[in-house]
Amino acid sequence: MKRERDELTVPPDGGAGDQQPKWRQDFPIDWPQDHYISRRDFTKFMVLTSLAFAVGQFWIAVQNFLRERRGELPLQKIADVDQVTVGTPVSFAYPDAHDSCLLLRTGDQTFTAFSQKCTHLSCAVVPQPDKGCFFCPCHEGAFDLTTGAPIAGPPRRPLPRIKLEVRSGAIYASGVELRTI
Amino acid sequence: MKKPFSREQRLTIIYGILCIVLTIVMLQLWLLIATMNAYLGGDHSVVLPAGLASAICLALNAGLLWYIFRMERRR
Repeated sequence: MKRERDELTVPPDGGAGDQQPKWRQDFPIDWPQDHYISRRDFTKFMVLTSLAFAVGQFWIAVQNFLRERRGELPLQKIADVDQVTVGTPVSFAYPDAHDSCLLLRTGDQTFTAFSQKCTHLSCAVVPQPDKGCFFCPCHEGAFDLTTGAPIAGPPRRPLPRIKLEVRSGAIYASGVELRTI
Repeated sequence: MKKPFSREQRLTIIYGILCIVLTIVMLQLWLLIATMNAYLGGDHSVVLPAGLASAICLALNAGLLWYIFRMERRR
C-alpha cells in the first residue's frame, strides 16, 4: 500500500486514503489534505458563482430582447400648454401607470419632463424649483432640475428624460430617453 | 499510463486553478455591473458582447473544474 509523504493518520480499516468512503475523504484529519479539500470546494463554489453571473448576463439579454419586441412607446397626452405654469410641476404616468413622471415648464414655450424614479434605488424624487433640483429623500440624492443630471448623493446616472412633443396647444409624451451621462 | 500527481502537486495545482478562477469571477462581476449600468442608461449595444464574454468566462471556469475532477479520477 503506497502512502503519501505527508499522510500521517491511518484510516480505521488501514486502507489507502483514496480507497476510503467519500465522506471520509471529504473530511480528512491530516492538515495538508484538509487544505486541498477546502480549496477544491472553494473553487467549486467560485465556479457556481461564475454560473450565477453568467445567468445574470443572460437575464439582461432576455430583458433587452423583450424591450426590442415591445417596439416604439405610444404617444400620450400630458396636459394642455395653458395648464402648465413655470415653477409648478405636473405629475403624470408614462409609459405605464406605475411609471411616475414630472413635467416642468422652464420658459415661455420650453418644457422638460423626467421620470420620477431616482436612478439610485428607485425612490420618488421631489421637485424643489427654489433650489433648482429634484431631491431624493431616501439617500439625499439630488438631480439638476433642467437637465436631470446627478449633482449630489449616491446616484450616478441622470434621470430618464421623457421626450415631449407640442401639438396644437397640448403637450404629449412620445418616448423615454435613458442616459448614462 | 501517466503517473498520478502526489498530494503536494495536487495542492499546488489547486492553488493555481483557484487563482485563475478568482480572477475570472472578479472579471465577470465587473462585467455584470458595467453591463447593468450601461443597459439601465440606455446603451443596449453592449448587452450581447458582454453576455458572450461572460459565457466564455464560465466555460473557462467549467473547464478548470473539469480538470480538477479528471485529476481526482486519475488518482
